[in-house]
Amino acid sequence: MPSLPLFLSQLFNGLALGLLLALISAGLTVIYGTLGVLNLAHGALFMVGAYAGFVAMEHTGSFVLAMVGGMAGALIVGLLMERIIIRYFYQRPAEDQILVTFGIGIIITEAVRLGFGGISQRVAVPEWGQGITKLGFLFYPTYRIEVMVIVAVVLLLLYLILYRTRIGMIVRAGIEDSLMVNMLGINVYRVFLLVFGIGAMTAGFAGIINAPIVAVTPDMGEAILVQSFVVIVIGGVGSFPGAVVGGIIAGEIVSLTSMFNPAYSHVMLFAVMALLLAVRPQGLFGIEGRE
Amino acid sequence: MILRNLATRGAGRPWVAELITLIVLFLCPLVLPLLGVGADMASRILIWGLFGLGFDILFGFTGLLSFGQAAFFGVGGFVSAFLLTQTGMTNVVLALFIGTLVAMVAGALVGFFTLRRSGIYFAMITLAFAEMFHFLELSPLSNWTGGENGLTGVPTPTLGLGSWAVELQSGWQMFGFIAVFFFIGYVIAHRIVLSPFGQVLTALRDNSPRALATGHSVRKYKLAAFVIAAGFGGIAGGLLGVLQSYMPPDALAFHTSGQLVMQSVIGGAGTLFGPLLGAGVWLGLRDSLQDFPTIAPAWKLILGVVFVVLITVFRQGLLGAVKTLFTPRRVATEPDVAELSAEVTRRHAVAGVPDAQLREDEVPDYAFHADTPHRRAKGLDITPKAADKGMPALECRNLTKRYGGLTANEGITLSIPEGQLRGIIGPNGAGKSTFFKMLAGEVAPTEGEIFLHGANITGLGVTAVSQLGMSKSYQINQLFAKLTVAQNLAIPVLARIRGEFRPDMLTSLHGVPGLHGQIEATLEMVNLLERADVPVTELAYGEKRRLEIGLALANAPNVLLLDEPLAGMSPRERADTVQLLKQIRAGRTLVVVEHDMDAMFELAEYISVLQEGRLLAEGTPEEIKGDQRVQDAYLGGMEEV
Repeated sequence: MPSLPLFLSQLFNGLALGLLLALISAGLTVIYGTLGVLNLAHGALFMVGAYAGFVAMEHTGSFVLAMVGGMAGALIVGLLMERIIIRYFYQRPAEDQILVTFGIGIIITEAVRLGFGGISQRVAVPEWGQGITKLGFLFYPTYRIEVMVIVAVVLLLLYLILYRTRIGMIVRAGIEDSLMVNMLGINVYRVFLLVFGIGAMTAGFAGIINAPIVAVTPDMGEAILVQSFVVIVIGGVGSFPGAVVGGIIAGEIVSLTSMFNPAYSHVMLFAVMALLLAVRPQGLFGIEGRE
Repeated sequence: MILRNLATRGAGRPWVAELITLIVLFLCPLVLPLLGVGADMASRILIWGLFGLGFDILFGFTGLLSFGQAAFFGVGGFVSAFLLTQTGMTNVVLALFIGTLVAMVAGALVGFFTLRRSGIYFAMITLAFAEMFHFLELSPLSNWTGGENGLTGVPTPTLGLGSWAVELQSGWQMFGFIAVFFFIGYVIAHRIVLSPFGQVLTALRDNSPRALATGHSVRKYKLAAFVIAAGFGGIAGGLLGVLQSYMPPDALAFHTSGQLVMQSVIGGAGTLFGPLLGAGVWLGLRDSLQDFPTIAPAWKLILGVVFVVLITVFRQGLLGAVKTLFTPRRVATEPDVAELSAEVTRRHAVAGVPDAQLREDEVPDYAFHADTPHRRAKGLDITPKAADKGMPALECRNLTKRYGGLTANEGITLSIPEGQLRGIIGPNGAGKSTFFKMLAGEVAPTEGEIFLHGANITGLGVTAVSQLGMSKSYQINQLFAKLTVAQNLAIPVLARIRGEFRPDMLTSLHGVPGLHGQIEATLEMVNLLERADVPVTELAYGEKRRLEIGLALANAPNVLLLDEPLAGMSPRERADTVQLLKQIRAGRTLVVVEHDMDAMFELAEYISVLQEGRLLAEGTPEEIKGDQRVQDAYLGGMEEV
C-alpha cells in the first residue's frame, strides 16, 4: 500500500492534470454545445497555442507575452477555420462535421510540422515560476501550482461569461433555437463565431501554459484530444460543469492508477469510461436523449 | 420487371463485378510494373483496400463513423503474429483465421459499449476504445506483443503439403497471396451489400428510427455490421504482419484509424472500392513525391487539403464523382406532378375558387383517380392476428403519460373493435400525438395498459409492436432518403418476412420469397408503380406522402395507425388519399388522427375526441357533430360543418 504522503502528492498531481484537461475539454464542449460541431481540430489548436507561445517567447523573452501570443495564435487559426470552412457545415450531418474538422486538424498539424520540423521544442519556465514550494506535506514545483491557480481562474471566468452575461444568454438561446434568435434581430452567426473564438482561445491558452511542463511537438495535440473526448463523455457532452468535473475525475484516475502501476493509468481511464457508458450512457451531467 | 434495381444496378448478376475484379487482380503483376508500381506498394494498397471493405460496410452502408478501426486491425495483426512467432504455429492461414476471429470477438465487445450511442458519441468512444487497445499493447501486454518493439520475424506463408511445400517469395508471389484474401473479402462484402441484410443496413444509415419502427432490431444489425468490419480489419492487420515479417505497434495508433477514414472518404464511401482507390491515392502520392525533395515533406498536408476539399464540395469522393459522371440523367416517365398541380391552381384562379375550398367532387378530371379498377391491390398481405378473434383489435385502459410535472395524457380508456375505422380528433395540444406514440410503442406510458387483439403490448417497444402487426405512418414524412421508392418499401416488407433480425448476409435480395409481390402490391395501392425506381429525393410532396403511408402499409399491418395522413396535401391529393384510406381498410383496423373534419366525418365510423389529454367524448360522426361539449372544445369551430 502506498504511503500517505505519496497518496496525497499523487492526488495533487491528479488535480493538476485534471484542471488542464478540464480547461481543454471546456473549450471543446462549449463549441459543441453551442454550434453542435464536435471539433476534432481542437487538439491541433492546443498545439498551435504552444507553438505560437514558443515563437513569442523566442522573440520577446517574456512569458506573459508568450501567453498572449499563444492565445492570439489559436484564436486567429480558429477564426479562420470557422470563417473559411466550418460555417458551411452547421447544417450538414454530424459525420461530415467530424470528418472536416478531423481534416483541418491534420492540415494544421502538418503545416506546423513543415514550418518547425518534427523535433520537440522547449519553452522555459518563467522567472516567477522557478523553484519549488513547500505545501505543508509536500514539495511541489512552483510553476505547476501557479498553473493550477491560473487555470482555475480562467475556468471561472469562462463560466461567468457563458452563464452570467448578456452575450452568454444569447449563446445559450442560440443553442436552443438559432433561427428564432436570428429573427429577434441578433446576428446569431456572429455569436457563433465568437463562441468558436473563445473555444479556440482556451485551447491555445492551455497549450502555452502547459508548454513549459511538456515537450512541444506537432503531435502533442493528438493525445490531449483523445483524453478530452474521454472527459466530455464522462461529464456529458455539451455540459460545462460536466467538462470540469469530468476533467478532474480523469486526472485523478490517471494519477492515482499510476501510483499502483503506471502501465495501467490510461487503460484505467478508458475502462472507467466504458463502465460509465454501460451504467449512464449520457454521462454524469448529460441530458438523456441528447446526442 | 419493375424491381430490377431494388438493390443496385446489376444486382441479379453479382458475379459480373466479381469476375472483372478477378481479371484486374490477375493483370496487376503484368501491368503495374509498367506504371512504376512495385509489388510491395501494390500489396499495401490491397491490404488497406481489404481493411476498407469492412469499414465501408460500417460507414458507407450503415452510416456508423468509427474512429477506432485500428483496434481490430491491431488485434488481428498481433494475434496472428503472436501465434506465428511465439507459439510454434506454422500454418500462416490458420493463424490469420484465428486472428480474424479474435478481432471479431473484440468487435462484439467494443460494439456492445459503443453502439449504445450514435453520431459524435460513437466517433469519440470508438476512438477512445482503440486508444485503450493501443495502451494495452504498449505496456500491460508487452510480454506477448513486444510493446514498443512490436513482433518481428513473422514467417512467410508456405503453400502445399509435405515435400511439395513451397515458401512464397516476397514480391509478386506475396501479392498473389494477399490478392486471394482481397478477392474473397470482396466477394463476401459484395454479397453482403446485395443481401436483404445489406438492404436493411442502408435503411439504418438513412433513418434509423424509422427502421426501428418498421420492425427491425437496429441494435442487432448495427452490432453485426460492427463485427463484420472488425473481421475485415483483423484479416488486413494479420496480412500486414505477414507482408512485412513484422507487426508494428503503431498499427493500433489513432493515425491508422484516421488513415482508413481519410482513404475511404477520398476514394468514395458506399462504393466498396472507394477505400482501395483512396489507399492508392494515399500511398501513391506519398511515394511519388519522394522524387521531389522540396515538396516531399508536405505529402500529408496535401492529402489533408484534398480531403477537406472533397468533404466540402464532393462528399461522394472520387469514385462517387466518376459514378455521377456516368449515370444517365433520369427521364421523367409520368406527367410532371408539379406542373399538374400548378395547372390545378391556374384553373381555379381563373374560376375564382380559392384552393382551400376545393371540394372532393370538384376534383378535375385529369387527376388520376384513386378508385380506378386497376388500382385494386391484389396481393397485399395482412399479418395474422396475434390472438383469438372476438377481442377488440386495439384497447387501452387508463393510459396516462406524464413528462415531469406535465401531464400529456390522463386516464384514456378506449376500445376499438376489429375492422373499425376509428377517428381521433381534438384541438391542438389535446395530446393526440403522445397518445399515438404510446399506442405504437414509441413512448412507454407512465400508467395504464395497451392490448393488441387481447395481448398485452404495454412497454414492448415499437419494434416488437410492429412485428405483431401494428404499424404507424407519421405526420412528418419519415422516409429513407437515399433509397428509391421500391427500396424504401422493401424495408418494412423485409421486417415482416424476416423478423426483427436475420443474418442472411450471403443470400440474394431477390431470393426473399414474397418480397416482390408485396412491394408491387403496395406500389400499386399507393399509386407509385411508375415511380418505383425513382430516388425519394426526386418525389413531389404528395408522392412522398403516399410513400409514407405505403411504408406503414407494406409492413402488412392488421392494425394501422395514421397520424394526420392528409397533412399538407393539396385538395386533389386529399381526395385521392381519402379514397386510398377507404381501400386499405378492407381487412384492417384503422385508427386515424386528423384535423380535416370533412374527411374525418366522411371516413370514420366512430370518433373519439381528446381534449387536454383526456377523452372528452365518443360516438358516431353524427353524435359527435351534435355534441355540445365537442363544439365547446373547438370554440365554435365545429359550427361550420
